[in-house]
Amino acid sequence: MNIRSMAAVLAATVMLPLGAAHATDLEVTHWWTSGGEAAAVAELAKAFNATGNKWVDGAIAGSGGTARPIMISRITGGDPMSATQFNHGRQAEELVQAGLMRDFTDLAKKEGWDKIVRPAGLLKSCTFEGKIYCVPLNIHSWQWLWLSNDAFKKAGVAVPKNWDEYVAAAPALEKAGIVPLAVGGQAWQSTGLFAVLTVAIGGKDIYQKVYGDKDAKVAAGPEMAKVFKAADDARKMSKGTNVQDWNQATNMVITGKAGGQIMGDWAQGEFQLAGKKAGVDYTCLPGLGVNEVISTAGDAFYFPVLKDAAKTKAQEALASTLLDAKTQVAFNLKKGSLPVRGDVDLAAANDCMKKGLEILAKGNVVTSTDQLITQDTQKQLEDLMSQFFANTSITAEEAQKRFVAIFSKAG
Amino acid sequence: MAAHTQPGRPNQLFRNLNSKIASIPMMLTAVVIFLGGTIWTVVYSFTNSKLLPRLSFVGLEQYERLWDTPRWIVSIQNLATYGCLSLIFSLTIGFLLAALMDQKIRFENTFRTIFLYPFALSFIVTGLVWQWILNPEFGVQSVVRSLGWTSFTFDPLYNSDIVIYGILIAALWQGTGLVMCLMLAGLRGIDEDIWKAARVDGIPMWKTYLFIIIPMMRPVFVTTLVIIASGIVRIYDLVVAQTSGGPGIASDVPAKYVYDYMFFAQNLGQGFAASTMMLLAVAIIIVPWAYLEFGGRKRG
Repeated sequence: MNIRSMAAVLAATVMLPLGAAHATDLEVTHWWTSGGEAAAVAELAKAFNATGNKWVDGAIAGSGGTARPIMISRITGGDPMSATQFNHGRQAEELVQAGLMRDFTDLAKKEGWDKIVRPAGLLKSCTFEGKIYCVPLNIHSWQWLWLSNDAFKKAGVAVPKNWDEYVAAAPALEKAGIVPLAVGGQAWQSTGLFAVLTVAIGGKDIYQKVYGDKDAKVAAGPEMAKVFKAADDARKMSKGTNVQDWNQATNMVITGKAGGQIMGDWAQGEFQLAGKKAGVDYTCLPGLGVNEVISTAGDAFYFPVLKDAAKTKAQEALASTLLDAKTQVAFNLKKGSLPVRGDVDLAAANDCMKKGLEILAKGNVVTSTDQLITQDTQKQLEDLMSQFFANTSITAEEAQKRFVAIFSKAG
Repeated sequence: MAAHTQPGRPNQLFRNLNSKIASIPMMLTAVVIFLGGTIWTVVYSFTNSKLLPRLSFVGLEQYERLWDTPRWIVSIQNLATYGCLSLIFSLTIGFLLAALMDQKIRFENTFRTIFLYPFALSFIVTGLVWQWILNPEFGVQSVVRSLGWTSFTFDPLYNSDIVIYGILIAALWQGTGLVMCLMLAGLRGIDEDIWKAARVDGIPMWKTYLFIIIPMMRPVFVTTLVIIASGIVRIYDLVVAQTSGGPGIASDVPAKYVYDYMFFAQNLGQGFAASTMMLLAVAIIIVPWAYLEFGGRKRG
């Protein structure tokens, strides 16, 4: 490379940022890195770029558990991104309290967010002392049982319609060399599974009392004992899974190596990607077929307080874009989640998504654990559940005692 | 790095002034960052800080909760098992290898390189390699099974009771090479005349090693001990790479508990309390030893 071309390259590198300077760059961090997720994010970027600004993608690989500490340390360390994903609820609670997040109350009033966002609880978990600090983007629910129709055919039993039938079918599956229930080794999976069992077996009220009100008496009660009994069944059924990631576990269901999996509706993306059809290749049972209730967790975007005036203005443009009806449809169809607006048309949704929309319309919803318990309590539950699922020498009664101890101290 | 000062001299402050000035940055780093950070951590371990540090004191609450937590107890037990065995095995194997290398064998350089080579790998790489080797689906177990022993079972990383030994194997594979090199250097430092004298006296070789050479190598052993011990207390990445603390919490270690509670659980107070306990544990071991090692010499 001679000096002249070197100078040209140098000039080009200097010119590029100058040329792009009229559009404001916003760095957005998130942990959507799998195939379907990346496609969904691309929709957001496209919509935002259309407003004359520029979406700078800051994806952090390795799921929320890895990404959140990085995001938080950037915000608390004084190097905030322009916008970031968190799950609805208490994950960013303290950042808001510390005044590190931007207040969007004015924009929300102007655009009437309280009228379009449904269910209303989503906006409520963005609210702190009467002010709105985040933009809900989608609804993901945990309460799904995904079953492989092939696996049950091979075992010679009918595809179960609820949890009890499923437990009864487990020995037949085992005999056919199929793991009845795939549970990945990561701690959040068994913890989430347990919360699903609480909603499905214990019911909405018990769930609300334990996770919401932290009622230690109910947690120690006979209804929860039933839930622990079910968890014990699930533990026996999950023996031999030997995988870590949730999508590997989902893959066992897709390939018929496992009978089923209790996992959130994001698992559906994997079935779609594998070309499987709902109702034909796999069956989905919301609320484990017992209590058709879904939780309204999901993702929301938070906007750190920035000094740069142009970026601050662009943050508003991004916030409006996220709640725009068109963006909501485009994003959620790719992501497999449900939109936070009740007034959009999702004709292209598949059977399982439609089931979810129906339940949502009926109002059979519970608040998600992310909104009810702190990360601290969540971690303690994860420690308990991952140990419970890995170590059969811990009895259900013992686990319940420790469960009660965690909730009697939870804030 | 610090200047040599001899107690009791009146003008000692100005002796070697240049080197003292030169070491000021390092001393500042040590005092402000290490000592300051340590004190800050200990102070905040008595607060109920969550995501952000806050000075609202709650007394010993974090410590009570810590010692009530089964996961912490498991991690302490794991560290104790891992620590004792790793100390014993790396010293024994390291010394044996060094003694064998010292027999004026051929291709010594080649062997030394082979034994030291694992040390060039990071714990993360070591962990991943051993995770594959110990994986029942395509590691040792499947190889042995494919040779005909179909009932052979070897899956330490998937068995709660023995998982810590699976980690120990990887740690030994990685670390003994260094111990061997240190020992070899120590052995080479022994005067050839000692060997000759022992041979003249007709002392068998193993006795010479055990009763003459090893006592003479005390400084080398102390250095090695400090290196191994510091490696034991800070073990974290190997566990993360091999098992991420699993199955369940069976292979958890204190450093992982600290990290998880500080960053995942957003509970700084709890993480600080755990790290203070780690500091205390180190202090209980190090202080009496340092007192014996250095304090005694000063008086004598």
